[in-house]
Amino acid sequence: MNSKSVPVIEIKDLSFCYTPDMPVLENVSFVVSPGQSGCIVGPNGGGKSTLLKLMLGLLAPTSGTIRIFGMTPADARSKTGYMPQYHQLDASFPASVLEVTLMGRITPFTLFRYKKADIQAAMQALDILGIADLADRSFAGLSGGQRQRVLIARALAGSPELLLLDEPTANIDPGAEEQFYATLDQLRKQMTVITVSHDLGFVNRETDMVICVNRTVNMHRATDFTAETANEVYHHHVNMIKHDHACFCHCGKEGCGND
Amino acid sequence: MTDFSDIIFAPEWSFLRFAILVGLAISPALGIIGTMVVTRRISSLAGASTHAALGGFGLALFLQRVCMLEWFTPTLGAVIGAVAAAVAVGIVSLCAKEREDTVIGAVWAIGMSIGLLFLDRTPGYVDWQGYLFGSILLLTPEDLKMTLILDAVILLPTLIFFPALLAMSFDDTFAKLRGIKVSILYLALLVLTALTIVLLINLVGIMLVIALLTLPSAAAGCYTSHLKSTMMLSALFNAIFITAGLILSSILSLPSGPTVVVVAGLVYAVSMIRKKHYSK
Repeated sequence: MNSKSVPVIEIKDLSFCYTPDMPVLENVSFVVSPGQSGCIVGPNGGGKSTLLKLMLGLLAPTSGTIRIFGMTPADARSKTGYMPQYHQLDASFPASVLEVTLMGRITPFTLFRYKKADIQAAMQALDILGIADLADRSFAGLSGGQRQRVLIARALAGSPELLLLDEPTANIDPGAEEQFYATLDQLRKQMTVITVSHDLGFVNRETDMVICVNRTVNMHRATDFTAETANEVYHHHVNMIKHDHACFCHCGKEGCGND
Repeated sequence: MTDFSDIIFAPEWSFLRFAILVGLAISPALGIIGTMVVTRRISSLAGASTHAALGGFGLALFLQRVCMLEWFTPTLGAVIGAVAAAVAVGIVSLCAKEREDTVIGAVWAIGMSIGLLFLDRTPGYVDWQGYLFGSILLLTPEDLKMTLILDAVILLPTLIFFPALLAMSFDDTFAKLRGIKVSILYLALLVLTALTIVLLINLVGIMLVIALLTLPSAAAGCYTSHLKSTMMLSALFNAIFITAGLILSSILSLPSGPTVVVVAGLVYAVSMIRKKHYSK
């Protein structure tokens, strides 16, 4: 079997619960093949973050299996890049943009300082995100959108083949959206990009799968993902607003956090 | 009032010069550990560890005087109490973050209570005020030796593992995903914090350890934007605050620990105001 045919993500009959009587995910099965990318959508509390943590090996499935590049998620971590939501991090932390990006290159054998090759890779990642000129700036002094780009650069610095982005458009600077989507389209050509997002504007119609998570998972081709499918996932009315890029999902239900 | 030149030359002030020497010696350790305590926001964990040190200290003194266990020195007791508390709270924080707060409160109060109970039942004179508020008269050459050893024990791993320390402090989940043994690094940090605390107790006392562990580093953080430079500036601040505080306390005949802390507190307040003013 050549490496091309090994699925990037292969999840079989996966269930997960924190307590036995409260399943968060049930009977989840899906495959993401090489060259595909996807967007994980669903209501809050539906299990999006849990699914992401399972794919990173931070949680173990209660039953079923999950394979990343044919390996356990923990073994596949060197091939996986991850961007958490930035508000989980200390916004006043004393580090420069380059220092934060370099963290994406760290290994248990990184002692004293980073090597030249690490700095080059980090600068290259910053360049892809269009923020190489910010390298020496303090992370604490950046705007929300800039910080988000730094965290994506950190995930890219480790040269991943699978990129997991948690709410990458949550803090995007107004006016920078188009450029940001273009950057992500570029990345999708080089690796599998899985985003967790309320924002369906992000889905690339040609390559992307829409992974709908609400205790169980339904896969849709981005082209087939319509208002009706969205309503099924969210269990309430969802307005789809056509956008230049693709479409946005707006819903009025309290707690959905996507207005 | 005491003449300044007396402090530098007069033989009767040798204890003060020695205290300043110990203060200068502890500054590098304090700069590194204090900065980590401030950026990782574990000052209440450090507080619990400090008060547990009193428990260990009381137990040791009691055993020494009542059970004739000569080798069980108060400092050894304090080290055991502080390290055990720090590790216990650290494990709770790693495994069940939501209970951390409660456990810190419990360890803090129980540690202190055990210490006071043992001190009450220990026969003979006990200068417990010295331990609560610090007494530079209690400092011995042994303290200086241990402080210098502590410097080495803290400085070396900090230099070697600095990238991992930075990554863990910023985002421990991400560091873990990159293969860093975050739990071990965190517990090692807590043990070193506990050791620093024990050595600080003689200088400023249990009640004021937390102030010296946080104020200089927090003040340094107002002027720097890198973890390493915060550590270095914090070490410098510590050296200045301790020296200035000790000299001031002698000139004005004030207790040493509180004077040092007030000096540090004033600089912190000014630094904060200055930073707020400039960031507008």
